[in-house]
Amino acid sequence: MSQRAGWFAWLIFMIGALYFILPLFGTFVFSLQKVRGSLGFSAYEAAFANPDFLRTFLFSSLIAALTIVTSLALIVPTAFWVNLRMPRWRGVVEFITLLPFVIPAIVLVFGIIRTFGKPVTIFGIPLLPSLLNTELSTNIVLIAAYTVLSLPYMYRATDNGLRAMDVRTLAEAAQSLGASWFTVLMRVILPNLRTALLSGALLTFAIVIGEYTIAAFLARPMFGPYLQLQVRNRAYEAAALTIVAFALTWLAMGVIDLITRQRATPVTGGR
Amino acid sequence: MATTLPAAPRRRFSWNWLGLVPFFVFSFLFIFLPSASLFVDSFQNQNGQFTLDNIAGLFEPPIPASYLLSVQISLTTALMGGLLGFFMAYALTVGNLPRWLRPITLTFAGVASNFAGVPLAFAFIATLGQVGFLTVLLRNAFGWNLYTTGFSLYSFLGLSLAYMYFQFPLMLLIMIPAIEGLKREWREAAENLGASTAQYWLRVGLPVLMPSLLGTMLLLFGNAFGAYATAYGLTGGNLQLITIQLGAQMRGDVLRNPNLGYAMALGMVVIMAVCISGYIWLQRLSERWLK
Repeated sequence: MSQRAGWFAWLIFMIGALYFILPLFGTFVFSLQKVRGSLGFSAYEAAFANPDFLRTFLFSSLIAALTIVTSLALIVPTAFWVNLRMPRWRGVVEFITLLPFVIPAIVLVFGIIRTFGKPVTIFGIPLLPSLLNTELSTNIVLIAAYTVLSLPYMYRATDNGLRAMDVRTLAEAAQSLGASWFTVLMRVILPNLRTALLSGALLTFAIVIGEYTIAAFLARPMFGPYLQLQVRNRAYEAAALTIVAFALTWLAMGVIDLITRQRATPVTGGR
Repeated sequence: MATTLPAAPRRRFSWNWLGLVPFFVFSFLFIFLPSASLFVDSFQNQNGQFTLDNIAGLFEPPIPASYLLSVQISLTTALMGGLLGFFMAYALTVGNLPRWLRPITLTFAGVASNFAGVPLAFAFIATLGQVGFLTVLLRNAFGWNLYTTGFSLYSFLGLSLAYMYFQFPLMLLIMIPAIEGLKREWREAAENLGASTAQYWLRVGLPVLMPSLLGTMLLLFGNAFGAYATAYGLTGGNLQLITIQLGAQMRGDVLRNPNLGYAMALGMVVIMAVCISGYIWLQRLSERWLK
């Protein structure tokens, strides 16, 4: 076996590398050309100075943070409980967490609008009032929808983390010292899951911050729809914001790489 | 969750299931109910009576053409992205490229496979659009005007190029561990028996990798099939993909019958379900040898 790379390996690598870099480089160069005839950062200044940018960006960050909290609160106890007490339910729970791969975002939001746009009833029994007629309840639905999107990554990250430690022994040791289930979860399991959960959380952040489909159809003032508006009206600012969005994705993935030594492949769906 | 340890005498009835209630309630409300409502409404007319008209409506223009276009673009980008991603994974593992290239490439692939939607669409507009960076560069430096050759970014080809940006990195990410799972002993055994490199790959390497290769391509297919934001951001609805058609339907633009929209969504879920089941099945097959 030869030890030097062949021309074919280099050629393929170069094609791939160019594919990665060219669109980013193109966008970056484009973003510097707001002032005709010179290169500069005025598109960035203009983009950041727009109060709508700050408003939508902060709103998206808030929604992303709340989604992460919801997803953690839902997934960690569930995965913990499945591992410890309900191993027979593992298949069912895993199956449910994979469903968001089968249901595209646009179909999910369609179903959500259909379901929560009117009072929810099951066989004529009223269950919930319409959730899409106040801002607060629509935001709750938005967070729930993003939590659904985060299920596959969050569950997989948590489950991998739990399998890597001896949950039963840790739980029994803590309980024999008088800890309640809540204490076991918060002070024994969670600290041991730090890296796994952080990578799940960062991935969720990267997905939510630029998400367009669900935000647009629920008419929430998120960064994704705002960026789409800028694409139509102000090309240079849009280029600057695209670079910002890319940098954020890069930051999230970079931190995941740093904290998880071995390769956790962040696999998400197309949007 | 204030139950005690199993050391206590066995009770007849276990309250363990209570721990899973929040998860199941959430899934019921936000996954099951929305899907079920689309399913039920697909078989109802606007007065709530049972009908198969909506399903029949899926076979009337322009809807079959939209499904077909979506299938075509998903198939094209899954194949092309799959090939490029596979060869790149090959180059980075067996191809003996310098080792330091790998972590950088993998991080980049992680970013690129997550870089979809409006920002991706705009990155391609800024690069290959009428006044895009590459378009202008080719025109000024080589005197070659892309747009006189009939190329358009807002076409099937253009959208395929954009989808490729998240397709091949995903393939790369999944194929690298698979290729690394090929045991060195297999190669040595093949070589001891006098096999050439080509023979080893054709008779041993590729057959072992095949389920994983095909399975991941199915995943890529589903990945492209359900994508909406990238297509909408790039073509603004010019290209009548099924997701675009569904989006227009939801905005109340096109078709008169909303229940037909539910049937369209149902059709998409069916296609996605077939893809993902195929992926899971093939992944299981490949685990027989790799892992």
